[in-house]
Amino acid sequence: MNSFKKNLLKKRYNAERRFQWYGKIAIGLALSFLAVFMFQIFSKGYSAFQKTWIVTEVHYDKELLLIDAESPSKDDLENADYYDVAYKAMTSLDPGLPEEEDRQLIQMVSYKYEAEVKDLLLKNPDYLGKIVPIKLTASDDVDQVHKGNYPRDIPEQNRRVNDYQLQIYDMLNERGDILSEFNISFFTSPDSREAELAGIASSFMGTVFSILVCLAFSFPVAVLAAIYLEEFAPKNKFTDFIEVNINNLAAVPSIVFGLLGLGVLLAVFNLPRSTPLVGGITLSLMTLPTIIIAARASLKAVPPSIREAALAMGASNMQTTMHHTVPLSMPGTLSGTIIGLAQALGETAPLILIGMVAFVNTIPGTPVDPAASLPVQIYIWSESAERGFVEKVSACIMVLLAFLILMNLAAQIVRHKFEKKWS
Amino acid sequence: MSKIKAENVNVYYGSKQALFDVSIDIAEKEVTALIGPSGCGKSTFLRCLNRMNDVIEICKVEGSIKMDNLELNSRKLDVVRLRENVGMVFQKPNPFPKTIYENVAYGPTIHGIAQSKEEMDQIVETSLKKAALWNEVKDRLDEIGTGLSGGQQQRLCIARAISVSPEVILMDEPCSALDPIATAQIEELIDDLKKEVTIVIVTHSMSQAARVSQKTGFFHLGKLIEFGPTDKIFKNPDNQQTQDYITGRFG
Repeated sequence: MNSFKKNLLKKRYNAERRFQWYGKIAIGLALSFLAVFMFQIFSKGYSAFQKTWIVTEVHYDKELLLIDAESPSKDDLENADYYDVAYKAMTSLDPGLPEEEDRQLIQMVSYKYEAEVKDLLLKNPDYLGKIVPIKLTASDDVDQVHKGNYPRDIPEQNRRVNDYQLQIYDMLNERGDILSEFNISFFTSPDSREAELAGIASSFMGTVFSILVCLAFSFPVAVLAAIYLEEFAPKNKFTDFIEVNINNLAAVPSIVFGLLGLGVLLAVFNLPRSTPLVGGITLSLMTLPTIIIAARASLKAVPPSIREAALAMGASNMQTTMHHTVPLSMPGTLSGTIIGLAQALGETAPLILIGMVAFVNTIPGTPVDPAASLPVQIYIWSESAERGFVEKVSACIMVLLAFLILMNLAAQIVRHKFEKKWS
Repeated sequence: MSKIKAENVNVYYGSKQALFDVSIDIAEKEVTALIGPSGCGKSTFLRCLNRMNDVIEICKVEGSIKMDNLELNSRKLDVVRLRENVGMVFQKPNPFPKTIYENVAYGPTIHGIAQSKEEMDQIVETSLKKAALWNEVKDRLDEIGTGLSGGQQQRLCIARAISVSPEVILMDEPCSALDPIATAQIEELIDDLKKEVTIVIVTHSMSQAARVSQKTGFFHLGKLIEFGPTDKIFKNPDNQQTQDYITGRFG
């Protein structure tokens, strides 16, 4: 081998080695971005899954409850006055405090503490007249202090938790009367203005209903359109035109569909504002082209020999399509559908336009009840000033990501499990 | 006795003419082989006989093709009924990705041939037996048809084609994807089938044509150059082109 050839060979090997390194660096960069992103979200968000409780004692004093009956019925307990009992339960933490300063103690628990005092007695009627320990939801400020998210070294007037409250907190903490437990109410409560009470139940149900409505509208329409275009429609300029436009539709920014929903569904058809019904229909406009394209691609992927075999057996076009082509294309169509829905899941802009950004503190039971959705909930919370919402934003992102990962996993499973292998 | 009579058939793909004035008489319960170099139009002609050319939008067929005095090249013809009577076996085995049973039962199901489950079982069994596949698959009828070997798949396709008791079976190079043993099995099968069915087979293998057929037609550049008894075509052809092709001087 002469030196020229040797050189050339060396250059070729070097070029290949360099190219492989470029690829590895690119993958490494992408992975590190992802790792940073995930670390950010998890490190900020994991504490939202913990809920802080303050333990104190409550005396269910019949006199203070204004209960006269000897053996009170459930209604009596329901209608009793819990204000004083609940108030005393908190102020008893520091009996020496002057009465006009009581608010400082009350502020350490959520404003719903009276309802919590009531619920405990309703669940255990035999507590009446007794002194029992009770867990009260800590206010978001105490919650943040307990989780270490709240700096204690800034001047008192700049803090929402004053020195006296910190002192009480430290005393309770030493006694072991500050509890940290898994935050079930984050999943079961609707949104709230108070960070310690806010949960994702409303937005989660809103998302589920929106996706179901979206599926119900887009899947049948998209699949029928795809089957007609692929299997029956004549190939001419008009169908080419339709195809180009479907592809264009897939690239239209989602906010445009939001405007369409606002202008047509709300203004013309007068559908109820802020509901998953409208949200789902708007999202289905977005999902439609994605599913049509996926369905057409998977219909195209069915080998023509299968169509020929069916036609040669005397099957009509319709039978060939329904008995063979469509069932064989279903795995691809379904995984395309799930991916389209996963895209719709993360959409925020169109939902904001049709009013799903409203503050909703009820859990929707049907698609025509007002609701938020997970991405919009993230947006709403990220706008909130309270420190307690910062971790909620990250926690909500984690829930949304888990939802997305589950859906993409489902798409993978559908594709691999049901795809037919050709000989 | 003539089963199919084609007269002056011209086929066009768009502006390109693929067949020129083909006239041929296909006899009943015989094997007719169509030979010729690639692109000579023999498959195109075969696909005229069960109107599979309808699938190709730009394809236009002129002339007359009569089967038992029924005009096949007519707009009024019910292609579903025609294809029930004229089965087809393709070059590449193409069983449905369904069970062996479903593959064979598909035709009888869509044409309403079997009245009961027992009758259907009977049809499936007879068809598989006629296709010489029964013994190999009788214990695994619910396995997927595409899981069989190539030769078995092709015999499954033949079983599928005969399940509706067609009068004619068209075979488009049925052995070109098979090994010699599977080919021999299929050829044996063709020999058996011709007792009941008229068979038209397109083949690239001269020896196969000589072995299985009674009549042979030689196509070249879209024209039927010569048609006659297989013996004569192979031993003493009238046409110089036929002679050249058969002896391997071109093609």
